[in-house]
Amino acid sequence: MLTIKNLHASVEGTPILKGINLEIKPGEVHAVMGPNGSGKSTLAQVLVGHEAFEVTEGEILFDGQNLLELEVEERALAGLFLAFQYPVEIPGVSNLQFLRTALNTLRKHHGQDELDAPSFMKLAKEKAKQVDLSPDFLKRGVNEGFSGGEKKRNEIMQMLMMEPRLGILDETDSGLDIDALKTIANGVNTLRADNRSFLVVTHYQRLLNHIVPDVVHVLANGQIIKTGDKQLAMELEEHGYGWLGINEAEAAG
Amino acid sequence: MAESNKPEDFVKHEYEAGFVTDIESDTFEPGLNEDVIKRLSQIKGEPEWMLEWRLEAYRQFQEMTEPNWQKVNFEPVDLQSISYYSAPKKDSDKPQSLDEVDPELLRTYEKLGIPLHEQKALAGVAGAGTPAESEAESTGGGGAYSNVAVDAVFDSVSVVTTFKEKLAEAGVIFCSISEALQEHPELVKQYLGSVVPRGDNYFASLNSAVFSDGSFVYVPKGVKCPMELSTYFRINAENTGQFERTLIIADEGASVSYLEGCTAPQRDENQLHAAVVELVALDDAEIKYSTVQNWYPGDENGNGGIFNFVTKRGMARGKNSKISWTQVETGSAVTWKYPSCVLKGDNSVGEFYSVALTNNYQQADTGTKMIHLGKNTRSTIIAKGISAGHSDQSYRGLVKFQPTAEGARNFTQCDSLLIGDKCGAHTFPYIENKNSSATVEHEATTSKVSDEQMLFCRQRGIDPEQAVSMIVNGFCKEVFKELPMEFAVEAGKLLEVSLEGSVG
Repeated sequence: MLTIKNLHASVEGTPILKGINLEIKPGEVHAVMGPNGSGKSTLAQVLVGHEAFEVTEGEILFDGQNLLELEVEERALAGLFLAFQYPVEIPGVSNLQFLRTALNTLRKHHGQDELDAPSFMKLAKEKAKQVDLSPDFLKRGVNEGFSGGEKKRNEIMQMLMMEPRLGILDETDSGLDIDALKTIANGVNTLRADNRSFLVVTHYQRLLNHIVPDVVHVLANGQIIKTGDKQLAMELEEHGYGWLGINEAEAAG
Repeated sequence: MAESNKPEDFVKHEYEAGFVTDIESDTFEPGLNEDVIKRLSQIKGEPEWMLEWRLEAYRQFQEMTEPNWQKVNFEPVDLQSISYYSAPKKDSDKPQSLDEVDPELLRTYEKLGIPLHEQKALAGVAGAGTPAESEAESTGGGGAYSNVAVDAVFDSVSVVTTFKEKLAEAGVIFCSISEALQEHPELVKQYLGSVVPRGDNYFASLNSAVFSDGSFVYVPKGVKCPMELSTYFRINAENTGQFERTLIIADEGASVSYLEGCTAPQRDENQLHAAVVELVALDDAEIKYSTVQNWYPGDENGNGGIFNFVTKRGMARGKNSKISWTQVETGSAVTWKYPSCVLKGDNSVGEFYSVALTNNYQQADTGTKMIHLGKNTRSTIIAKGISAGHSDQSYRGLVKFQPTAEGARNFTQCDSLLIGDKCGAHTFPYIENKNSSATVEHEATTSKVSDEQMLFCRQRGIDPEQAVSMIVNGFCKEVFKELPMEFAVEAGKLLEVSLEGSVG
């Protein structure tokens, strides 16, 4: 589904990603772990097309398409979804209005009819319930005045609505208590399917107890230095990143 | 991928009302002097006192100099180079019915989405944009102007006013001010200049001397006006100024909602629009005045466009009266306008809700004045400014509590939204408080349409133009909800058009 070959990317001339190779097959959940500053979030941002990052080398194929040739919104319509680490607020634009615009754009792209208001409302309420968000949040401005946890749940709710081919979670677990973590993991797990994959970017192993990955990668200094199964995440939890010869403080610098 | 996907790249103004109507006009030679004023007054068959009033205004005007305290830059207008009267030629003196109106004019208004045929208006033709036949029964469904009486002002004259009979049944007078001077001179004489005196300011005095047409509304005691009233101003002729004068009076216990709209052809020269609007609300009366201003803003290099120098003021004269201004401003090259409320009656209420969008090289210095005179008077100001391109926008507001304004209150909120990094937004709030029991609250914010917001929307599959439009509409929400419902949709669309652009 997703093939990343020798990906190099930099921000304002500073290289961040230095030759990433990664292959995600349909139905797989991959976790990317690593210390702060290793390039985890950059990888997520480059995949969706954030313009602050310049791809200097390598290629990304998504369902056979050259992802790097597509605009941000084209990538989204092709089935790429990013649950942002820091979801932005859009004051005055209700969650409902935003979601309905997004969903109907996607449906139109797939040649489907737009959802009418009642069907949309029903769907939105159902998905909100799945992530424990009260329907009141639907009427509020996008992330406007939401707590950190509410913002993250809102991201997962959007993912449940959009049903992407590839869901990317960028440190969705950061700042969440254990109950919220479980809720979010449950949301993601209900979406797991043979034809849908996930890339879970996280600093900590605890999320991976709830979203169990098929493959775990360790990213350090812009490269994948180790790949394994879920056991690898456990070992990292136990021994820290130092065990792999990574000086965390230095990497973060 | 496109080279850049900054929010500002998705903002481009496509002006859809920029066409010229090819029609024969009677136009004065350019120039301003007493003779011009006399001729103007004579053509309109005005009473003697009106001419004297104009001449006195002109005398005061000649003593004045053009103000320069606004934060705008433009070449001063050469008042001798413009014409002060231009009217479409016609056979009879004044068209009494639509059949006598030049079809070319009717087409002009239809093209602008303003139906002058009452039947069609009822059927909602304006909104649908297609001619509908015999649907007069299906009221209330259609376009924005479906249940609205319209006074259409073309250059210096009112072409036609719709639904006059229906309004007359309720006792409401709605006509051009020229007609009001003929039919109801006593009302005009009583109220004209009572809110904006002849010598008020440079452009208001000029207007008082040379105003050509505009609308007149009188809602009698206890009457709630049965439909929305609207005036549609169209500048067509070249090298002319438009000096309209609007006077709205709501008698005791009366209420009325009024909307004005404006457009002009696309031209390289600047054209002057210097209007005066006066509102008078007596005891327990309420006037809601909404503006959707879409004058030609000039091209993307800042050439041409309308100079919109306007004095608008409402007098909440009676106790418990209310004046509410709502404006959505997307047009004009230079705007200079401060719709104000004088809260004279005890417990009277003043409101100002504004959205101003400037793009390219547009400049706007706009805001409001709330003058609290009466006890327990209350005012609310919500001003939203959106600057894009190289435009520059200032909010300028005065909140003043006189010693008599016991227990008065004001709440002000000014929010600026910047799109791109070449535009400017400024806030100049003035507060003068001469009564210690008065309360005033002021909030101000400045924000940007951020790259992060854009990425967020686009990551959900929403294209960049729609994203900008959605973010801007969200920003304006508090003001749009104050517009008459039919027009809130129109206003949203207008912003969308003003933000239309291409990728990269």
